[in-house]
Amino acid sequence: MDDLKRTPLHQTHVDAGAKMVPFAGWDMPVQYKGLVPEHEAVRNRAGLFDVSHMGEVDVDGPEALAFVDYLVVGNVKALEPGKVLYSMMCYENGGIVDDLLVYRRAEHSFLLVINAGNIEKDDAWIIEQAKKFDVYARNRSEDYAQLAIQGPLAQGVLQKLTDLDLDTIGFFEFKENVEIAGQSALVSRTGYTGEDGFEIYTSPDVATKLWTEILEAGKNEGTEPAGLGARDTLRFEATLPLYGHEIDKDVTPLEAGLGFFVFLDGDDFIGKEALLKQKSEGLELKLVGFELLDKGIPRQGYNIFHNGDVIGKVTTGYKAPTVGKVIGLALVDIEYTKLDTEFEVDIRGKKKKAVVISKRFYTKKYKK
Amino acid sequence: MKVQSGLYYSEDHEWVRVDGKTAYIGISDFAQHELGDIVYVELPDEDDEFDKGDSLGAIESVKAASDILIPVSGRVIEINDELDDAPEKVNNDAYDAWLIKVELKDDAELEGLMNAEAYEAFIESE
Repeated sequence: MDDLKRTPLHQTHVDAGAKMVPFAGWDMPVQYKGLVPEHEAVRNRAGLFDVSHMGEVDVDGPEALAFVDYLVVGNVKALEPGKVLYSMMCYENGGIVDDLLVYRRAEHSFLLVINAGNIEKDDAWIIEQAKKFDVYARNRSEDYAQLAIQGPLAQGVLQKLTDLDLDTIGFFEFKENVEIAGQSALVSRTGYTGEDGFEIYTSPDVATKLWTEILEAGKNEGTEPAGLGARDTLRFEATLPLYGHEIDKDVTPLEAGLGFFVFLDGDDFIGKEALLKQKSEGLELKLVGFELLDKGIPRQGYNIFHNGDVIGKVTTGYKAPTVGKVIGLALVDIEYTKLDTEFEVDIRGKKKKAVVISKRFYTKKYKK
Repeated sequence: MKVQSGLYYSEDHEWVRVDGKTAYIGISDFAQHELGDIVYVELPDEDDEFDKGDSLGAIESVKAASDILIPVSGRVIEINDELDDAPEKVNNDAYDAWLIKVELKDDAELEGLMNAEAYEAFIESE
């Protein structure tokens, strides 16, 4: 386990009695008190996550806008400074390199936030693509710690620690050099839980202080430290994709049901041709939501059958804590993606009945 | 963590309660605590026969499925149906919520298991 990377908060987690597990090359807290109470804390009150394992890439220079617009599938040209865009980087064939957040810091200055397990791959990809542009792209992951406070009471808790009126940061907007508990941070109203909340980027050496101050400030509101276990159930109920589950190099944004984030009417981007072709020819498989009708828990990788044939695979499944049902996401043959279609999930050698339902398992509580 | 005396324990954190030639099998309080909220217990069918170390089913926490390895060989004579609708009983009282009842094939296998005192030392060393 010595080769696992540690966030600046590692010792804080261990001291708090967190259960540590390897995740994407990092030794991370999967839970403190328990997955379900942490999940509920975020849905009903506030939860604090250490997401310092996430990667950060700075992109600056005269052609930064043209470059980022070419690198990702979204419309970066329409993104105003101070705003954040959820997007994806694709390969030429339309498969996904990674999904990411694009922060436009200034006219020609961007911060890209990428998945922990993809930092090296993404960095190499971005540097390679950047060669054709007059830009300076560099991996800054070591220079940032990241905390996320999420939940209906998140704003009230964070507000106690800053003079900035947090109402001035709208949904998917951010501000830099915000002083929180005396420390300078970039703060965005973003998250990965389906709740209102903020992500806070700061220097690693002040991460522990910020973590402690936020938990202390949120004591009366019932703010709890929350681990990766709850992070996954929360993002799953909110139908937010996770790289390596719903999306990967073999899945396109259209197949993953993320076509909304693909801007096909604008300038060229990597993978555009393949996605245009796929759109005109039609999809062969697609991400669906399903509910398990028999008893059992569907897990990633379990095969889905219809009349004895394999028609797809589960990407994520849970007995969802807030929704209260056994539900899943699956990539299945397009023929079986209509609502109310029945199929079977092979759960540890037994075929269990399931039915296609809307993927909107949980109504997101964003403040827009 | 509670360790119930009078039971036999395996290194995989199952317990065995012997009642003549039959044995009740469950998981320890330590195991249920490690697993967290249990959302489903997959049990075998009656009359299924298992050798010691076989997987008799699985316990599913929110996070993952864990195999339950049977600590003694035997034939299943009853399964605990109550767990089908109330898997949380394993969290609430791991020593009351038995999973299956088996007809023991070989009493001598019990000698390879730990008593409560040995098991308590074992989980402390884990």
